[in-house]
Amino acid sequence: MGFIAESFRTALSLIFSADQDVFAAVRTSVGVAAWSVLLAAVFGIPVGLGVGVNQFPLKRVVIVVLNSLMAMPTVVLGLLVYGLVSRQGPLGGRGLLFTPNAMVIGQTLLAVPIVANYTLSVIKGADSRIVPTALTLGAGSLRSMMQLTREVRFGIMAAVIAGFGRVISEVGVAMMLGGNIRWYTRTMTTAIALETSKGEFAFGLALGIILMVVSFSINILLTFMQESHQP
Amino acid sequence: MKSRYAAGLLALLLTCSFAAAQERLRMSTTTSTENTGLLNVLLPPFEKECGCKVDVIAVGTGKALKLGEAGDVDVVLVHARSLEDKFMANGFGVNRRDVMYNDFVIIGPANDPAHMKGAKTAVDALRRIAAAQAVFISRGDESGTHVKEKEIWSAAGISPAGRWYRSIGQGMGEAIMMATEERAYTLSDRGTYNAFAGPKTDLVILFEGEKGLFNPYGVIAVNPKKFPHVRYDLAMKFVDFITGPTGQAIIGQYQMAGKPVFFLYKAR
Repeated sequence: MGFIAESFRTALSLIFSADQDVFAAVRTSVGVAAWSVLLAAVFGIPVGLGVGVNQFPLKRVVIVVLNSLMAMPTVVLGLLVYGLVSRQGPLGGRGLLFTPNAMVIGQTLLAVPIVANYTLSVIKGADSRIVPTALTLGAGSLRSMMQLTREVRFGIMAAVIAGFGRVISEVGVAMMLGGNIRWYTRTMTTAIALETSKGEFAFGLALGIILMVVSFSINILLTFMQESHQP
Repeated sequence: MKSRYAAGLLALLLTCSFAAAQERLRMSTTTSTENTGLLNVLLPPFEKECGCKVDVIAVGTGKALKLGEAGDVDVVLVHARSLEDKFMANGFGVNRRDVMYNDFVIIGPANDPAHMKGAKTAVDALRRIAAAQAVFISRGDESGTHVKEKEIWSAAGISPAGRWYRSIGQGMGEAIMMATEERAYTLSDRGTYNAFAGPKTDLVILFEGEKGLFNPYGVIAVNPKKFPHVRYDLAMKFVDFITGPTGQAIIGQYQMAGKPVFFLYKAR
């Protein structure tokens, strides 16, 4: 009991004292997650749309692969990217390892399958006459895809929210590729891991409470925007 | 209309980007220097002096050296002389300097179920733990502490195995916390133990003071001939700082709960 209560007290005092370390970790967490989700949307939504709308051989195989990629263990993904961006890897010359950019690469790869799959299932549920109708009305194929995207935008928003939730709560990739560097690549989740390793459980839980508040509020905000769009 | 809010929010989130570009020195080091809090007082004066940022990657000594061998860091601060010598011999590092030392201690529950308190040597102490099959937590992560532990086991002629010997592959802090929960023994550097003793762990030092438990820390710049991209000048500035008067004074004065954590070489 005392432990939990102390955590809440610590969390409150950290928030109200605008603690520098906490602020930096929140900023890194949110910044990396936002960039990753933006990039994941740029790559994932077209993949979901393309697979969802078009008929092509091996379509089922592609869908199964996309689904399986959602279960990608984060440490494996982290290791793969680590191998790519380490000085000995193919992209080593850029010195990406242990920078926020490396984290963004890893988290983007993590979020793309999620965004693509959500988009795909939204398309499956959408009115299958949208694209043919648009084409009949004289729209080009790009225009009719845009129209489809407009029709399912709430579902796509949900895809982005799911990706964001995955990325901001993730610790394996952030630790491996970021290296938990104070004021630079330390995120809320790696900070919690560090405090736990120092035996500062109450402080770790306090950070956990702040992380929950931050990620819940962003999700609530996104959901609110999504619903206020609804016709 | 509403999409303007969405765009605004997105822009706001994306501006949560990262610290401005500045020269960054990348250092891999052991969990003990980070967990004791020494770096938090040692690095700010250096960063001010050089106008740079030091990126600290705190891992076990084995991994810290591996990062140097891959050219992923510019300087390493570690404690496992045998591994350091190999690192130097293979040409990955230049200018190894002694920085400071502390020592290893064997900690365990105060009631000492393995009766190792009367042990004369560290080897004898671990033998008694093995004989009693008392739970022993091993770092198991190729850290300096783990390397030292393996040295003692092999000197004792024991290859520890069984349910009592738990290799956890985690940092010193985790090992101490697990030993506390399990009422187990473990080998710790004195600095990290001091940082945990009191509110975080009730384990006590049951064996200490042997010469073989000496724990020297060294700093090594990564060889610029091997990795042209490393910030060698900056790394050497750091080496000079940490072994120079300012750095040494900070290390010597650093205390936790009124006890010194690291000791300086008197010769300097």
